[in-house]
Amino acid sequence: MNFSEVFKLSGLLCKFSPDGKYLASCVQYRLVVRDVNTLQIVQLYTCLDQIQHIEWSADSLFILCAMYKRGLVQVWSLEQPEWHCKIDEGSAGLVASCWSPDGRHILNTTEFHLRITVWSLCTKSVSYIKYPKACLQGTTFTRDGRYMALAERRDCKDYVSIFVCSDWQLLRHFDTDTQDLTGIEWAPNGCVLAVWDTCLEYKVLLYSLDGRLLSAYSAYEWSLGIKSIAWSPSSQFLAVGSYDGKVRILNHVTWKMITEFEHPAAINNPKIVVYKEAEKSPQLGLGCLSFPPHRAGAGPLPTSESKYEVASVPVSLQTLKPVTDRANPKIGIGMLAFSPDSYFLATRNDNVPNAVWVWDIQKLRLFAVLEQLSPVRAFQWDPQQPRLAICTGGSRVYLWSPAGCLSVQVPGEGDFAVLSLCWHLSGDSMALLSKDHFCLCFLETEAAVGTACRQLGGHT
Amino acid sequence: MGDWMTVTDPGLSSESKTISQHTSETKMSPSSLYSQQVLCSSIPLSKNVHSFFSAFCTEDNIEQTQENVETQNLKLGSDMDHLQSCYSKLKEQLETSRREMIGLQERDRQLQCKNRNLHQLLKNEKDEVQKLQNVIASRATQYNHDMKRKEREYNKLKERLHQLVMNKKDKKIAMDILNYVGRADGKRGSWRTGKTEARNEDEMYKILLNDYEYRQKQILMENAELKKVLQQMKKEMISLLSPQKKKPRERVDDSTGTVISDVEEDAGELSRESMWDLSCETVREQLTNSIRKQWRILKSHVEKLDNQVSKVHLEGFNDEDVISRQDHEQETEKLELEIQQYCYLLEEKERLKEEWSLFKEQKKNFERERRSFTEAAIRLGLERKAFEEERASWLKQQFLNMTTFDHQNSENKPHSTSNGSPVCMSKLTKSLPASPSTSDFCQTRSCISEHSSINVLNITPEDTKPNQVGGEYTNQKWSVASRPGSQEGCYSRCSLTYTNSHVEKDDLP
Repeated sequence: MNFSEVFKLSGLLCKFSPDGKYLASCVQYRLVVRDVNTLQIVQLYTCLDQIQHIEWSADSLFILCAMYKRGLVQVWSLEQPEWHCKIDEGSAGLVASCWSPDGRHILNTTEFHLRITVWSLCTKSVSYIKYPKACLQGTTFTRDGRYMALAERRDCKDYVSIFVCSDWQLLRHFDTDTQDLTGIEWAPNGCVLAVWDTCLEYKVLLYSLDGRLLSAYSAYEWSLGIKSIAWSPSSQFLAVGSYDGKVRILNHVTWKMITEFEHPAAINNPKIVVYKEAEKSPQLGLGCLSFPPHRAGAGPLPTSESKYEVASVPVSLQTLKPVTDRANPKIGIGMLAFSPDSYFLATRNDNVPNAVWVWDIQKLRLFAVLEQLSPVRAFQWDPQQPRLAICTGGSRVYLWSPAGCLSVQVPGEGDFAVLSLCWHLSGDSMALLSKDHFCLCFLETEAAVGTACRQLGGHT
Repeated sequence: MGDWMTVTDPGLSSESKTISQHTSETKMSPSSLYSQQVLCSSIPLSKNVHSFFSAFCTEDNIEQTQENVETQNLKLGSDMDHLQSCYSKLKEQLETSRREMIGLQERDRQLQCKNRNLHQLLKNEKDEVQKLQNVIASRATQYNHDMKRKEREYNKLKERLHQLVMNKKDKKIAMDILNYVGRADGKRGSWRTGKTEARNEDEMYKILLNDYEYRQKQILMENAELKKVLQQMKKEMISLLSPQKKKPRERVDDSTGTVISDVEEDAGELSRESMWDLSCETVREQLTNSIRKQWRILKSHVEKLDNQVSKVHLEGFNDEDVISRQDHEQETEKLELEIQQYCYLLEEKERLKEEWSLFKEQKKNFERERRSFTEAAIRLGLERKAFEEERASWLKQQFLNMTTFDHQNSENKPHSTSNGSPVCMSKLTKSLPASPSTSDFCQTRSCISEHSSINVLNITPEDTKPNQVGGEYTNQKWSVASRPGSQEGCYSRCSLTYTNSHVEKDDLP
């Protein structure tokens, strides 16, 4: 595993281009585009204000930079650096901005979700969409970029509109039987739309592309409901994580639950491998003393290494007792992700925040549990193979694969607190983001990682 | 003396007779008679007493009678004591059992009380739960109502704000772009018309249909494979069960009897099933039922074997039984492996079938091309022949013409021609290696080339073999396509060489 040098970053804004050739990062009001292999700066653009959001167009030719405070969106071209485009929403304000799948339209959501303005980069036309829903995930595009589903709310009722992205024609418009729609998401095959309700009501509705209701699923009443949802990449399964600490898997043929995964704090089954992160005692030399040395001008700090140990079952994990009289309690399944081949599902139960559960979808049972020393901040699957990268806010990044797992220290002076990470589409490298910096981590081939796992003490 | 009361006793009847004879003569005093009667009546129970009485009461037996009476008294006394003790014991027992009963009754009462209490508690809890649920429901409705009210207010605010924003005619809300970018797919934008709407609908339904068809195909394939596996399993199970009939110790004769009949039945079924490869309801049911039947037979067989083994363990160690069970287990494992292998084999078979079909296609393509080549070569040969003949005739003409007026320039021409021809021949032969088309044509013999029509014109000596025209031309190398400009000159200069029909490379510079 090789690490690149550390570069400046602000706002955790670092994104790979969809074709995998470039890496865009933001430093305050500057947009820096680097080549992925050499990390040389290819382009440098300056925006008018601090950038809050960047997004590559699907053909990797343009980047949009959104500045919400000023209500501005600036679009830059990679091929023609002199080309510029500035969209000013003025008094309407701006809360969100995104590309359409053809890379030639920009959808701006104005303040208070008054409307969505569709600006075209090809023509002078501007379209308006009224009454968009103010929710976590109100717009979703199909993977092939043909259709967009938009959640709307009129007269205290929820609706979903489906638009054809090529000409922005309204294809379907139907109401949904939800109290307060929180999110919508297309299945990867683009034929089914999952719509789920607020956490006060457990309800997930499945609509076909032509607006027919295929099925409605509700596991229980009254208690807090759905917290997270994920489609499997093959569109065969829909995983629904809820506040009761369970993940329910629905199958695409009958849309009924085929199994539920519980997340108890005590694990008794000896077939499950439990990896516990343990601190390796730092090797103290003669000059090292126990008090923390001054950062300025001092040598490198004695960074404590950690490794994974296989814990013998029965294992009990650290739990967090949630405060019951506050909203948005830290219980339930907050993070869900399928591996790209749909064989594994990684989950996090928010009241056991240090652990990541990995489920085997072929056998529909728990496969492995990883317990870290600090709460897990983010995890993401390698886009090419079943390999999971985890970060906990410390200066280490963790990798799990069915062969084993390993923990790697990010080298460098001072603490590089990894707050987020994102994979390159080839699965060969990964960007690690901290508050003010980022670095690239280049992974060797699978064989090398396997030997590294064995060397570092990861077990199968 | 008076009349004696004769108390009859069969044993002493003779004595009593004598006594009565005795007494009939003598008269008793009434008092003695009376005492006699009293004595008789006071102890009516004991027979012995009676017998004694009837026997005695003479002066001789008074002592004996007294003794007897005493013993009788003692006996009676002890009996009384015994009876009294029994009585007291029974009384005690009765008391204790009564107390026990009371205790148990008490406990029963207490438990019933507790039970009632618990029931009551349960009922209370249920009521409370119901109440809480009602409370939640009512709160939810109230909350929803309030939320809706707030939302309406909010919507009004938004509308107002929206009006203000739109009315302001903000010149600032605009896009400032250097130049418009072309569309990603390079096409021009189209107007939104009814046609486009219909087109969009069509597209959408097409996508949905494709998705459904794809899924249905997947499911059908899965079904077919599973059915095949089930059929294989059935066959295996049948073959596994039928040989057991030979062993005399087996007690599964009944089941094997049914197995045999099943085999006959299933043979018929199999042929029928192979014809109906569709997912027919009845076929499916038949298959699953027969599998279940076989499985049940197999299970009972295994159970019986297990029983045998356990009996043997109790009775004593018997090698054969243990081995047979192990054999059975091994067989089942083998069966499982075989089933797995069958699945793999099926997959492999499918793959091989695909590859075979690909091969066939390629082979067809090869044949086609080869045919076209040969046809072209034949055509070429014929054309060539015709061309040669034409040329020969033309050259003859030319030669005749030339000889008629070339008498003056007779020195120059032969040189030029002789020089010209090798030069142009060198040009021709040199051009050949340079042209990639001839090498291509050589290669097309072994592999497929898509531009076969162009390459046909370029021939090498080996390739002219199928040409039925005479061997005169076999040594010619000429590329018709590559050097059009020089051809005419070559033709005129080549006249002499053609009539010779022989080219020697060694002559060329």
